[in-house]
This record gives sequence, structure tokens and C-alpha cells, in this order.
Amino acid sequence: MDTTKKAQQEYDKMVKQASPNSPIFMNCLKAFISGGIICIIGQLLSNFYTGKDFSKEEAALLVSITLIGLSALLTALGWYEKLGKFCGAGTIVPITGFANSVVSPAIEFKKEGMVFGMAAKMFIVAGPVIVYGTLTSMLVGLVYYFVK
Amino acid sequence: MMEILKAFLVGGIICVIGQILIDKTKLMSGRILVLYVCLGCILGGLGIYKKIEEFGGAGATVPLTGFGFHLAEGVMKEVDRAGILGIFTGGLKAAAGGVTAAIFFAFLAALLANPKEK
Repeated sequence: MDTTKKAQQEYDKMVKQASPNSPIFMNCLKAFISGGIICIIGQLLSNFYTGKDFSKEEAALLVSITLIGLSALLTALGWYEKLGKFCGAGTIVPITGFANSVVSPAIEFKKEGMVFGMAAKMFIVAGPVIVYGTLTSMLVGLVYYFVK
Repeated sequence: MMEILKAFLVGGIICVIGQILIDKTKLMSGRILVLYVCLGCILGGLGIYKKIEEFGGAGATVPLTGFGFHLAEGVMKEVDRAGILGIFTGGLKAAAGGVTAAIFFAFLAALLANPKEK
């Protein structure tokens, strides 16, 4: 009895060590490659826009706008969700993931109306991001005001 | 070519950190985005993210930490320009382009597309 229990515990330990790690490793690899590729696209766009005589800041904004537009297109076609299932954080963390979190509920909830459906649900994820982002920026600004 | 490789590396690593957070802590993706923006903003305020951005280029600005970084840069620039009022205007001013683009494209997509059958 004791030995089987012990063996069972040993086995549990082994399972715990082996199983969650390997999917995590694969997930990380997928996230690394897919997220990296999105950033390469961003870099190529940035090089393109700076080559067109836009300043660095303007180029950065144009890159964001382009990526958000692309993400909206892929989301509308239903492809971004499919990519997301494979890529995990690689498609969540970039700005395209932020755009997806805005576009996806906007499409999803338009049947509940254009005001309280589409427009309200648009910010279901982006709202908290903007709220906490703005609050953090105030904190940074406040500290900077007194320390600079 | 070198900057493309750097963008891939830095962007990839930032996404891997997100993936580990998702897998290990079961945080919802929305919380990850909130965390990333705040983290990017604080690192931006400390001047650390500027260095990551100088090295990684789009690899640092495309992930949502870069959005936070732009908020921090924006608020500090406005404080320089307008003093204490900049605390209220700088962050959202820097975010305006991205947020407006997201609203515009989401509106367009909602007009043109219908929800996919699940």
C-alpha cells in the first residue's frame, strides 16, 4: 500500500514535470516566432515610411495605424482568431492583438445595436488598457514633474 | 538586415514573456494587455524602455509595452512643454493616433463584416 502510494506520488511528480513543460515550450516557440514575425513586418513598414521622408515619430504612428488596419481586416475575415489559436501570445501581445480586441467585439455585438452593442462592447478589453495606461502615464508625468 | 533580426529577437522575447504569463498564471489575455501597457509605461518613465527601443526598433514598439512607452514619452514631453497640465494631456495625446485608428477600423469592420458562425 505504502509503496504503491509512493510510486503514485513519484509518478505524479514525473507527470507534472514532463507534461506541462513541453506544451509551454512549444507555446513559447510559437509565440516567439509569430510575435517576432509581426515585429519584422513592423520594422519593414517603419523602414518604408522613414524612407518616404516621414519623421521617426510620424513613421511609428503610421506603422501602428497600418498594423491596426491589417489586423482589423484579418479579424473581419475571421483569420486572426485562427492565427491566435496557433500563435498564442504571439498574436495577443503586439498592437495587432490590441486591435483585434477592439474589432472582434465590435463585429460580434453589432446585432445588439450600434450604440450599446457595437460601440459599447468595442472597449471591453481596450477600455481597461486605456484606463490603466492613462493612469500610469499620469503617475509617470507626476513623478517626472517633481524629479526632472 | 541587422535591425530586422533585432526586431524579431526583441519582439519574440516580449511575446514569450506574455506566453509564459498566460501558461503559468492563467491570466486572461485582456489582463496581459493591461499589464503590458502599465509595464511599458513605467519602464518608459524610468528611461529603460528607451534603450530597449533603440536596440530592438519595431521589436520594442509593436508589442503593447511600446504603446505604454509612447504614453510615458508623451507625458514627459508635455510636462516639459506645458508644465503640470501636461500630466493630464500628455498620455492620451500620445495614444490618440492608435486609439482613433482602432476605433475607425473597428467601426468599418463592424459595418462590413458579420459575426462568423462558431
